[in-house]
Amino acid sequence: MIISILKDAIYLKYGDFVLEKSEISLVKEVIIKQSKFLEFMQLVKDDKDLKFDILLDHTAVDYINENVFHLVYHLYSSIYNHQVIILVEVPRDKPVISTLCSIWRIAEWQEREVFDLFGILYNNHPDLRRIFLEDDWVGFPLRKNYKDNFMLEK
Amino acid sequence: MTIQLKTLNEILHNLDEKKHWGTKEYFINMGPQHPSSHGVLRFVLKLEGEIIKEIIPILGYIHRGIEKIGESVSYRNFVHLTDRCDYFSSIINNWAVSRTIEQALNMETNDRIETIRTIFAEIQRIQSHTMWWGVFGMDLGAFTPFFYGFRDREFLTSIVEETCGSRLTMNYIQPGGVLYDIKSNFIKRIKQYIKYLRPRIEEYERLISDNVIVQKRTENIGILTKEKALSFGSTGPVLRASGVPLDLRKNDSYGVYDKVKFSVVIGTKGDSWDRYWIRIEEMRQSLNIIEQLVDNIPAGKHMVTKYTTKIKLPVGYYQSSIETARGILGIFVASNGMENPYRIHMRSPNYNNLWSITDMAVGLKISDLVTIVSTLDLIIPDVDR
Repeated sequence: MIISILKDAIYLKYGDFVLEKSEISLVKEVIIKQSKFLEFMQLVKDDKDLKFDILLDHTAVDYINENVFHLVYHLYSSIYNHQVIILVEVPRDKPVISTLCSIWRIAEWQEREVFDLFGILYNNHPDLRRIFLEDDWVGFPLRKNYKDNFMLEK
Repeated sequence: MTIQLKTLNEILHNLDEKKHWGTKEYFINMGPQHPSSHGVLRFVLKLEGEIIKEIIPILGYIHRGIEKIGESVSYRNFVHLTDRCDYFSSIINNWAVSRTIEQALNMETNDRIETIRTIFAEIQRIQSHTMWWGVFGMDLGAFTPFFYGFRDREFLTSIVEETCGSRLTMNYIQPGGVLYDIKSNFIKRIKQYIKYLRPRIEEYERLISDNVIVQKRTENIGILTKEKALSFGSTGPVLRASGVPLDLRKNDSYGVYDKVKFSVVIGTKGDSWDRYWIRIEEMRQSLNIIEQLVDNIPAGKHMVTKYTTKIKLPVGYYQSSIETARGILGIFVASNGMENPYRIHMRSPNYNNLWSITDMAVGLKISDLVTIVSTLDLIIPDVDR
């Protein structure tokens, strides 16, 4: 299935969950309301026409000027071989989102990585620890305002 | 003086009759310098006797912050950093970044470029799998395969070295083409290699696959069912061993994979043996692909843009994936229209393949854990990035 058609299908079927249509036409992703996020992910996984059975990737983007984090979820269906990118916005000063561990097991470690590097907090996560950095590391390196003593100024 | 002869069976039998030796659960540390961890991967094992109750992988010993560095270098420079992640798929990693950029810019490449890229990607796959096969043998305690694997990899390395000048971090594929055109005796040497490797793979099979010890140590060890493999986000040979025919070479058909005939190899059970055998068979399939392509490389330029052209992607998100020797490598770029990416993220196949071990190895012994880690074929610099 071509990605743009897939995106329209999601808008059509799950219009209630979608925050807004993306302004940039090139962007293939769908922005989902934060409050209905967990429910939406469970629905698209079980939907017989979508069947997103693999959580291929999860990461975040820090928009410091807009004061939001974009959480990026990349879903893939091994049955239909289609994929879509799902976005959720969380405020930068309160970056809390529910975990997807109950839907895809891999979410546990992908979320730990994002927690380690961005400081996103996941509700009900079974094992929220730093994964790459030491436990006593201060700050979250992939945030745009991160600074430490070892960084070189350009 | 009395001499009492014992047999092993007697000793083992007598032990049962003695009082029960109580064991308690304890933690043991494995790595980060353990030979089977192929780098600096550390496990903390919770054991009862020698049965693994729980396994905690600990990462970060070679975390270099490549994604953070990527925010301060240009798109072209980032291509070179990807070599340092999965160093056995370095050309395929280069291709993944180049493909993302080309898709974002709607840059058209020609058939020659795509054919050369496909051939080199398959060369890398064979090189990676022969190397893996050697290390797999060594992990199980046989040293000979290690030399055989290295010997056969050396041929390919020297062929690649002749074309692009490097042996490990190849930096060959760039956005808009490949860095150098192939040399005149490339085709001849590659054909020689195909002729050379086919009987070698049979030899591999005789040496390792037919070995009863190997069979007993891999059969039914570390079973990853289809549902679990999908849930754990495994890709590549690990997922295909569990019976899911997900191979982006077929499903996405980038490069010239749609013009060649090859089969996607899948397993039935998802145990270590399936993961082993799939890679052996993939080597044969890769040889077939190269054989079909090497005679008809179309004429044309090897680079459609100038190497010095600055790359600026339009504002937006870009994502594209590619099948490396170990699974799906996805490159995610958030661009704000500048020369540097605003955020660049690698979905590394090894990071996602690793975690199924927390489920697979439970209830087995440490030697089985070594087998499982080996059949997952992890490259730790790609796990940590």
